[in-house]
Amino acid sequence: MSGHSNYEPKTGIERWLDTRLPIVRLAYDSIIDFPTPKNLNYWWTFGGILAVCLGIQLVTGIVLAMHYVPHVDHAFASVERIMRDVNYGWLIRYMHANGASMFFIAVYIHMFRGLYYGSYKAPREVLWILGCVIYLLMMATAFMGYVLPWGQMSFHGAVVITNLFGALPIVGEAITTWLWGGFAVDNPTLNRFFSLHYLLPFMIAGVVGLHIWALHVPGNNNPTGVNVKSKEDTVPFHPYYTVKDGFAIVVFLILFASFVFYNPNALGHADNYIPANPLVTPAHIVPEWYFLPFYAILRAVPDKLGGVLLMFGAIAVMFVLPWLDTSKVRSMRYRPTAKLYFFIFLLACLILGYCGGQLPDDHVIPHLSTFTLIDADLNSFVWLSRFAALYYFAYFLVILPILGLTETPLPQPESISAPVLSHPANAPAGAAASPEKRG
Amino acid sequence: MLRKGIALAALGLAMLSAPAALAAGAAAPVKHVEYSFEGPFGKFDQAQLQRGYKVYREVCSACHSMTLMSFRNLGQKDGPFYDPKYPNPNDNPYVKSIAKDYQIKDIDSETGDVIERPGTSADRFPSPFPNEPAARASNGGALPPDLSVMAKARHHGPQYIYSLLTGYKEPPAGLKVGVGQHYNPYMAGDVTAAWSGPHDKVPPGGFIAMAPPLAAGQVTFDDGTKSTLEQEAKDVAAFLTWASEPKMQERKSFGFAAMIYLLIFAGLLYASYRKIWKNVAH
Ligand code: HEC
Ligand code: HEM
Repeated sequence: MSGHSNYEPKTGIERWLDTRLPIVRLAYDSIIDFPTPKNLNYWWTFGGILAVCLGIQLVTGIVLAMHYVPHVDHAFASVERIMRDVNYGWLIRYMHANGASMFFIAVYIHMFRGLYYGSYKAPREVLWILGCVIYLLMMATAFMGYVLPWGQMSFHGAVVITNLFGALPIVGEAITTWLWGGFAVDNPTLNRFFSLHYLLPFMIAGVVGLHIWALHVPGNNNPTGVNVKSKEDTVPFHPYYTVKDGFAIVVFLILFASFVFYNPNALGHADNYIPANPLVTPAHIVPEWYFLPFYAILRAVPDKLGGVLLMFGAIAVMFVLPWLDTSKVRSMRYRPTAKLYFFIFLLACLILGYCGGQLPDDHVIPHLSTFTLIDADLNSFVWLSRFAALYYFAYFLVILPILGLTETPLPQPESISAPVLSHPANAPAGAAASPEKRG
Repeated sequence: MLRKGIALAALGLAMLSAPAALAAGAAAPVKHVEYSFEGPFGKFDQAQLQRGYKVYREVCSACHSMTLMSFRNLGQKDGPFYDPKYPNPNDNPYVKSIAKDYQIKDIDSETGDVIERPGTSADRFPSPFPNEPAARASNGGALPPDLSVMAKARHHGPQYIYSLLTGYKEPPAGLKVGVGQHYNPYMAGDVTAAWSGPHDKVPPGGFIAMAPPLAAGQVTFDDGTKSTLEQEAKDVAAFLTWASEPKMQERKSFGFAAMIYLLIFAGLLYASYRKIWKNVAH
């Protein structure tokens, strides 16, 4: 999309079109000829996987919307009717419901990839921020989608989440009323959630376009984090990465299919097969697994407003990450200390996710009461969430800013082609390239 | 790196599939029952579905509706009365005769009067009560839930239903059971408030307003199967599982073909990948 183009229109019609709307040139430059670092590993295939996930959600979603009835009296039965009476409706609905989970598995891997290899650093800050926007839109879309089948979790999840906005001072109550379209979660809420659930994925598609545009200006980062220096360092996207991404996509689809065909309700919650009943609150309201880390942060704070702010802060902090990390070295391959902190960060996120699915006051180590600190036993999920949340924020706000100034990175290779010889995995010691300056 | 990644992904998935926590006064873990429809190649046992339908019809349907079910469903592929001779289940004579036994409320299209006519295979299973207050009034204030998707609406649905139906027990000494209530260790709930025994020995489970609906010999099975309580419970749970997920068998066999296709496709792509990248040092 930028820089030199090698496209040569071959046929008359291509030449004609090229001088009017160079769309074939755009496609050629971005997915055929695009020079791509030759050392990308499988963590880089998740971009393509995410595009496939979005495509699957759009196609299955549009078909579902042809049969779905957005009304509190009919929504639940209409989803069941899709699965019973629409040809292959079970396939379409289970693909859509599990597709949301698969989408989040892929996006989380994609994001941790970026964190590990420093893909958010200059000159890719805008690319990273656009990714964060996509992630926010995905969360909003998935939340509203989960409300649509109008089961018990749909309804009570919607109540819990929309009520969070009520914690905001002054405007809170007005915002919740506005979201609900009334004074409680009811038919108007379902109607607008359906409308927005249909709209947002197309906005995601638009931002994905910008994201790819912003990718094609600086080009891909790579596992060494070292800039592309010469043509030696790259291969054309096609066929090298079309085939590698293609392979990864199909492997991912095998995982996807194993859920859709053999365990379609494993990632959902049984209570959502009970039609929504405002008068009966489920014993244990839990969001979908992909929201659990944020749910744990929310509940870690004893104060409601504080919890809401911290939860949104957990996402907001990702937007400013490019300016928090002070290290000039992109890849953590060459930052052994940062690497250690990164893996602890990954662990903290998994712990948060686990805590989000537990009752806050339950013991982490069963049958062991220690002592009460502030409001709960120290051996409880709420305290574990607090420690993990503390680390989550410390990683962004303390560790990455300071570490970049104090650590001594390992020597980085001269170029991408060099470490083919000097990567610790396939080279004798001592073959490393010139030592790298601090920071 | 890749190996580490796979290990991490596996860990993540293990955490994902970790069961959600149980509430404080947890119910007893469900009994283990084996069903023919379990596993990637599992199929419904048609004779069992027929017995299960009979239990539903003769016992449960007195209180529980199944509003998502029509008679024609009984004759569709993989259903209890499927007959390959009648690919269109509406033509299935057995299904038609079941439907005919019911009187369905309708509106006479000439006069507009409310009438009753014999059921057809396109009719839904009639509900036992005209509305919710009527259902509650007949059941001591409790509402018998619709059973159409019951097997999906509880964890370990088929095992849970079996355990619930066979699990009624004399309440242990120290447990005060309210009027119209019954103690069942498999029912969700918390009996702490009704328990006067030791604090750390609160019995599992909860109270349920449904009296034990089944007893040995209550339903006579047409295929001669001995009608023990366990058999009736197992069969009706199988029927409810089929009703919750009537396309399960189609899903699994479709899935098998899809898996083979994807595996072959992945193999071809991997071979192409190796070939294309052969001369690139990376
Ligand atoms: C006399 C009426 C009656 C009959 C007959 C009856 N039930 Fe129930 N059933 C109820 C009522 C009432 C409830 C609600 C209980 C409550 O909420 O405490 C219930 C609840 C249930 C539940 C839900 C339990 C839960 O986890 O919430 C299941 C499953 C169930 N019945 C299955 C059956 C099956 C299967 C049969 C036939 C073998 C049957 N019932 C026959 C009245 C009945
Ligand atoms: C970013 C992409 C999308 C995500 C993450 C997403 C997520 C979800 C989720 C989690 C559900 C609830 C599934 C369930 O438990 O039943 C759902 C339902 C639904 N979605 Fe989407 N969706 C996306 C795109 C779309 C699109 C593009 C459409 C239509 C244009 C659509 C239409 C529907 C409909 C009609 C339902 C209700 C039926 C059902 O519950 O299965 N979705 N979506």
